[in-house]
Amino acid sequence: MRTLDIKLFRDLVRLWAQALAIALVIAGGVSTVVLAVGSLRSLEETRIAYYERHQFADVFALVRRAPKTLLTQIAEIPGVAAVQGRIAKLALLDIPQFREPATGLFISLPEDGQPSLNRLYIRLGRMPEPGRGDEVVVTEGFAKAHAFRPGSHFAAILNGRKRDLVVVGIALSPEYIYAIGPGDRMPDERRFAIVWMSEKALASVYDLDGAFSSVTLKLMRDASEGEVITRLDALLDRYGGQAAYGRKDQTSHAFLEHGLDMLRNMSRTLPPIFLLVAAFLINVTLSRIVALEREQIGLLKALGYRNAAVAWHYIKFIIVIVTIGVVIGSAVGTWLGTYVTEMYGDFYRFPFLVFVQSPDVYVAAAALSLGAAIVGAVRALRDIVTLPPAVAMQPPAPPRFRRLLPTSFAIRNVLSQPAVMMVRNISGNPIRAMFTIAGMSLATGILIASLFLNGTMEALIDVTYFMSDRQDATVSFVERRPLKAVNQIARLPGILAAEPFREVPVRIRNGNIERRIMISGRPRDADLNRIIDTDLHPVVLPKTGLAMSSWLAQILGAQVGDFVEIDLLEGQRRTVSLPVAALVEDYFGIQGMMHFDALARLMREAPVVNSVSVSLDGNERDLFYDAIKRLPTVSGVAMQRVSLANFRDALAVLVTTMANIYTGLAAVIAFGVVYNSARISLSERARELASLRVLGFTRGEVLRILLLELAVLTLLAQPPGWAIGYGLAWTLQTKMAGELMRTRLVVEHSTYVLASAMVIAAALFSALVVRRRINQLDLVTVLKTRD
Amino acid sequence: MADLVFSARALTKTYTSGETQVLALRALDLEIFAGEVVVLLGPSGSGKSTLLNIMGGLDHATSGQLFFRDQKLTNLDDRGLTAYRRQHVGFVFQFYNLIPSLTAYENVALVTEISDHPMRPDEALALVGLEPRVHHFPAQLSGGEQQRVAIARAIAKRPDVLLCDEPTGALDSKTGIRVIEALLGINAQLGTTVLIITHNASIQDVADRVLFFADGQISRIHKNEARRTAAELVW
Repeated sequence: MRTLDIKLFRDLVRLWAQALAIALVIAGGVSTVVLAVGSLRSLEETRIAYYERHQFADVFALVRRAPKTLLTQIAEIPGVAAVQGRIAKLALLDIPQFREPATGLFISLPEDGQPSLNRLYIRLGRMPEPGRGDEVVVTEGFAKAHAFRPGSHFAAILNGRKRDLVVVGIALSPEYIYAIGPGDRMPDERRFAIVWMSEKALASVYDLDGAFSSVTLKLMRDASEGEVITRLDALLDRYGGQAAYGRKDQTSHAFLEHGLDMLRNMSRTLPPIFLLVAAFLINVTLSRIVALEREQIGLLKALGYRNAAVAWHYIKFIIVIVTIGVVIGSAVGTWLGTYVTEMYGDFYRFPFLVFVQSPDVYVAAAALSLGAAIVGAVRALRDIVTLPPAVAMQPPAPPRFRRLLPTSFAIRNVLSQPAVMMVRNISGNPIRAMFTIAGMSLATGILIASLFLNGTMEALIDVTYFMSDRQDATVSFVERRPLKAVNQIARLPGILAAEPFREVPVRIRNGNIERRIMISGRPRDADLNRIIDTDLHPVVLPKTGLAMSSWLAQILGAQVGDFVEIDLLEGQRRTVSLPVAALVEDYFGIQGMMHFDALARLMREAPVVNSVSVSLDGNERDLFYDAIKRLPTVSGVAMQRVSLANFRDALAVLVTTMANIYTGLAAVIAFGVVYNSARISLSERARELASLRVLGFTRGEVLRILLLELAVLTLLAQPPGWAIGYGLAWTLQTKMAGELMRTRLVVEHSTYVLASAMVIAAALFSALVVRRRINQLDLVTVLKTRD
Repeated sequence: MADLVFSARALTKTYTSGETQVLALRALDLEIFAGEVVVLLGPSGSGKSTLLNIMGGLDHATSGQLFFRDQKLTNLDDRGLTAYRRQHVGFVFQFYNLIPSLTAYENVALVTEISDHPMRPDEALALVGLEPRVHHFPAQLSGGEQQRVAIARAIAKRPDVLLCDEPTGALDSKTGIRVIEALLGINAQLGTTVLIITHNASIQDVADRVLFFADGQISRIHKNEARRTAAELVW
């Protein structure tokens, strides 16, 4: 081994703690990127593979009753590759030992087994035997929630008649990765199931022999979805067709896409920030560490080493540290990526996971870290190697300290001598102080950016579940019912209040921007389904005109007072123009809201309802459940309480787990930065501090001088850190917001406090290490080295 | 007359330190001959170290000319000066300037690895009487031993000139004498030209010539008719 390499090795051993701290900063940056991109790519590939292997359809439509002969015409629409007609009906379930009403979406299976589109993945058991009308396959989540196995029994009220069913298979479907019951906001696997059964059996129950009520299409690669949908709508129109829609508006796909989109946006926002912050910090740190080597660099030059050889020596030093960091970061990132992929895979119940290797990510993260580190080192090296060796071997000239205040104002009258030294030291090295502050601010900032997500989730829950949708339950009907159905529900046991709720699918358009949404009609003074304006105040619905999600207004580029065009997709399909009357703060989906009567007038129909929102007397809940199960017109009941619990258990867990992972990595970076700042300033000032000890200062006093500076810099770094944190949080929140879900930017005071506390804790720990070092400070050796 | 090793003409050096300008060398003229032992004496700030640094290629002159044999040092760029140091010059500094993470042997090897016709590191260490301690780290050596490692490092490349800045400054008299002895031994055995800066006037007796410095100039040159040996020194 060359002697310089021996030096390199021994220097690394000597500086192991600092080298490790820097490596950890790099590891923090690298692992966020590896984790985020790795898990995202794996989940995206998994979805693609799942969709492809199971022939997930591209276009979906519901129809009241259409003859099967129509399927041939649908297949002839240019661009259509495959067609699957089927029966799909909602029905209440009656499950033994389960009081709450549950809902099943019954989907017919061809007699010969698997459908050609949306094929099932059978986890357990088998497909129903031909001709066995009581055999069903159910979704895995539902089966697990009720401990169903092949052979288990439950009942369903199909078209008003109770029927006993036997589970023969447990399955997953690409069409219902995310299955949400009627009126619900979150999947509830206990209370909502997809139930597949023989087409013959379903057709006879619903009198749909030779007919279908749902059709799904697979398109050719170059087909135009819009054109196919237009032609399909035209064909289905006379059979009571509801507007067809593509994957984008298919609930399961849209929610899955949104979940991935949140992950995608998180991975496009946080990791690059982390990596850049880490890069900046190692740049600054290594620059300072190399600057400390000034005298040795001068000596090597004096001995005849060329600049390039000296520079290469230090760059090798840095390559080793960066390599350690990249290796740790890649390993941790890969492990966390697998963990996150599995967590999401579990949540979505993917039948399998495709883990994608992303060598490009490792290379890019390593290259950026190495680049930043080398640039930092070269910056310091360039300054030193350009010095003549005679100068480099001397310590740098003392900085030009200046009086900041007039002589008459003696600063020492106000501050103690150590405090004066601290103030002068900071003002004498303003750039170094600035970089230290910048490093710690960024550390605080990334902590806030990962911590705030938890608070945001709580704010979302608060507005959604406690301010706006305050009903205890939503009772949905199989088909729309006249207004008097509300009274019918209101008379059920346990009901304290009931409000009508009408939903109409529409296409809303402003200029050439168009979205498919639901417009809900609700009473003007609704107390359960309230609407909340962007200032978080409940507002009364305007008598005329349309209130809409402020997010939707933003997408459409519409403001209050503007007119938007609306294609009604139900009943008499008309196109109307409505003024935007109010903007609403909501976080799930995009929607329009209207006064109940106004919507009825718009639809040119007598007032009807799709569902009823109710508030319940908690003590009579069971009676209410029993009564609901006896109503054949009801397709399901969504419980707000359950929905909230599911939200917390499921979606919120995904977000907060991610937030916690990022917080952990941010904490590692923060610690690395603060620790290095403390250690380097100790090295930079070792001689000065030893001199003070020689002059009779106690260890405690010397420590105080050094720590006072660290404390002041740490505290000074907090306010800009909060600002950076808020900025990062804003960026992240903006990027994560989508049509299906978004959040309000809420950075709680406690988030700032916690982030600062973590940085300060890192500072305290560093102070302890520094104290140990100061206790070991060898006065004679320090003073004997040349000055 | 012996060959000329260094010749300086009107050599001037100005330092800018913060807001002040320091004239370290004022148009200095000088000649040094092969095989000479020269001692540079004078108060702090009189220009001794500045001259030695420029002669050793560690620093640039502000104006004037300096030749090493036929080579004009004052014309060389950084790369040229590095090559010059590598081939011709050995340094000994007051504070030894050893690399703390390398053993005595390795500190010498640091130089032999980049020289054309070096001695073996143990050979150089033997010349300064350090054979038993070749594998010790600087922290395990006494000041005198560290300085002798520094000398071994300086001579291992068989330099033409050995430039020593206060080589005994940090040492007690007994150890200091051993160090001077080592330097004189090199001069006698290898014929290396040796320049020694010192504050210690008694060391002047071992020199062929003594240069007295004041205010960036040579105020006086004294020629010893008879050189003393190191053993004869007392301080």
